[in-house]
Amino acid sequence: MSCWETIADYGLRSIGQGARLLPKTDFTLCQQFTLIGSGLIWNIYFGVLALISGFFLSTAVALAKMSRVTVLRKTAEWFIFLFRGSPLFIQFFFAYFLFLSLKSAIPFFSPLTSAWLGALVVLFLNTSAYAGEIFYGALCSIPRGDIEAADAYGLTGWNRFRRVVWPTMLRLAWPAYTNEAIFMFHATTLVYFSGFPAWQQKGDALYYASYFADKTFNPFIPYPILAGYFILLTLAVISLFGAIGKRLNRHLPSESRRKTRLRINLIR
Amino acid sequence: MFETCADPSQLSGLKWLACYLTTGKHMGFYSSFVTVMVLLLITAPVSLAFGFAGATAARAQFAPLRWLGKGYTSIVRGVPDIAFFLFFVIALDQGIEYLRHKVKCPGWDQPIRQGNDFVVCTEAKMPLSSAASWVHESYGFALAVLTFAIVFGAFAANVLYGGMRAVPRAQLETAEAYGMNSRQTFWRVLVPQMWVYALPGLSNLWMILIKATPLLFLLGIEDIVYWARELGGSKTARFTAYPHGDWRMWYFLALLVFYLALTRVSEVVLGRLMKRLTHGQATSGGVTS
Repeated sequence: MSCWETIADYGLRSIGQGARLLPKTDFTLCQQFTLIGSGLIWNIYFGVLALISGFFLSTAVALAKMSRVTVLRKTAEWFIFLFRGSPLFIQFFFAYFLFLSLKSAIPFFSPLTSAWLGALVVLFLNTSAYAGEIFYGALCSIPRGDIEAADAYGLTGWNRFRRVVWPTMLRLAWPAYTNEAIFMFHATTLVYFSGFPAWQQKGDALYYASYFADKTFNPFIPYPILAGYFILLTLAVISLFGAIGKRLNRHLPSESRRKTRLRINLIR
Repeated sequence: MFETCADPSQLSGLKWLACYLTTGKHMGFYSSFVTVMVLLLITAPVSLAFGFAGATAARAQFAPLRWLGKGYTSIVRGVPDIAFFLFFVIALDQGIEYLRHKVKCPGWDQPIRQGNDFVVCTEAKMPLSSAASWVHESYGFALAVLTFAIVFGAFAANVLYGGMRAVPRAQLETAEAYGMNSRQTFWRVLVPQMWVYALPGLSNLWMILIKATPLLFLLGIEDIVYWARELGGSKTARFTAYPHGDWRMWYFLALLVFYLALTRVSEVVLGRLMKRLTHGQATSGGVTS
C-alpha cells in the first residue's frame, strides 16, 4: 500500500471518514504521520472554537471583575478562582460525570456527554477564566491619561469603552494572550484522556500517538511526530497572533511596542 | 470499621454514610491523597535540584555544557505536557532495562526490538518478575517522580536562570573586587541573592505542579483519580454491602474542592514567604513595604 493510499484511507479518520479499522500490525511511518496528523483536526477544532467563544466571555469576566457592583465582582472572582485554581484534568472528569447525570435526568443534555460539545464547553469556560484574568490585569494597567483624554472628548459609556478602553486593553494584554492561546492548544490534548470517550476510535493527535506507542512498545516514533506537529501548530499560532498584535500596535512608534515574550506554561 | 457497621443493610441516613465512608476501600482512597502530597513533597526539591543543575550548566563557560543546559531548558517548550508524561515513563523504563540488559546478559544475541516487541533477558527486567508487589508499585512511583522532576526541572531551570541574571551586576563585581574567585562569588554572593528574584516564578511553578498531580493517573499509579472512578461507579447489592448509583460526579466534586483548597493555602503561604524574603531588599516588593 503506497503512502498516498494511506493518506486517502486515514487522512480524515479522526472525523469518521475513510477506513473503519485502524491498522493493527506492521505500522509504517506513513500511517503514523497520517493518523496523528488527522487527529490534529480535533485539537485545532477545540482550540479555535474555545478561543473564539472564550474571547467574548473573558472580556465580560474582566469587566465584571473591575465592576463596582459587589455581586458582579465577587461572581467574576469566584469564576476565575474555580477554573484557575483546579486542574483542567479534574474539571474534565467532573464535567463529564455532571453531564452524564444531567443526561439521565433530562435527555435534552445528551450531546454534552460527547467530546465535541462537552469538552468544548469545559475548554470554553476554562480559557475564559484564564484570559479573563489576563484582560483584568490589562484593564488595571491602562494609563489613567487615556481615560481622562476620553472623558475630555466627551466620550462616555459604550463609546468610551469601544474606542479607548477596549483597544488599549487588547494591546496591553496581547503578549500574555498569545501565550494563553498556545497553552490552550496544548490543553486540548487532555480531552480524550479524561473521561470523555473516543467514540469509534475518533480521537485527537495524542490519542493516536498513544495508540501507536501502546501497540508497538516504541514511544520514540509516535511522540516525536506528535511533538513536531505541535511545534508547527505553535509556530502558526505565534505568527497569526503576531500579525494581530502588529495591527493593534500600528499607531505606536516602533521602539515603544512591547515584544511578545514566549512563556510557555506547563499545564493548567 | 465501627461495630455498628456490621450489617449495612439495616442502616440509614447519616449512620449509613458514616459507615460507607470508612470502608477499607475508602481508606485506600484517603491514603491516595497522602500519595499525592508525598509526590509533591518529593518532586519539588528534586526538580529544584534538576533546575539548579540546568541553570548552572546554562551559565557555564565550557560551551558543550552550556548547550546541554540550554537544550534541556528549551526542549520541553512547544510540546504538550502530557505527551511528555506519556513518553518519559516508557522511555525511562525501556532505557533502564536496556542498560541492565547490556550489563547483565552480554551473551544475548537476539535483537531487542523484535517487530512490535521490546525483549530483554529475564535478569534485566525492572523490577524482577519475582519481586514483591510493593516493589513494582514503588518502582512505578519512582519512575513517576523522576518524570515529573525532569519535566519540572526544565521549567525550574528557566526560572532560576532568570533569577541568577537578575542579581545586580554590581554585587558580583564587588565580590570580585574583594578577591573572591568565581566559585566563591557564585556560592557566597550569587546563590543567596537569587532566590528573591526567582521566588515569583518558583511559586507559579509550584501552583502548576499541584495542578499536574492528577496526571499520575495516566502513569498507572493508583492515585485519587483512579480511586474516585473506582469508588464512584454504580454498585449493585451483589458486589458490595453498600449499593449506590453513579456517584462519580460527587467524588470528582470532592477532588475539585481538594485542589481548590490546596491552591488557596499555597497562595497564602507563598504570599507570606515573599513578604518575608523581600523585606529590606531593593526590589519592588521590598521597597513598598
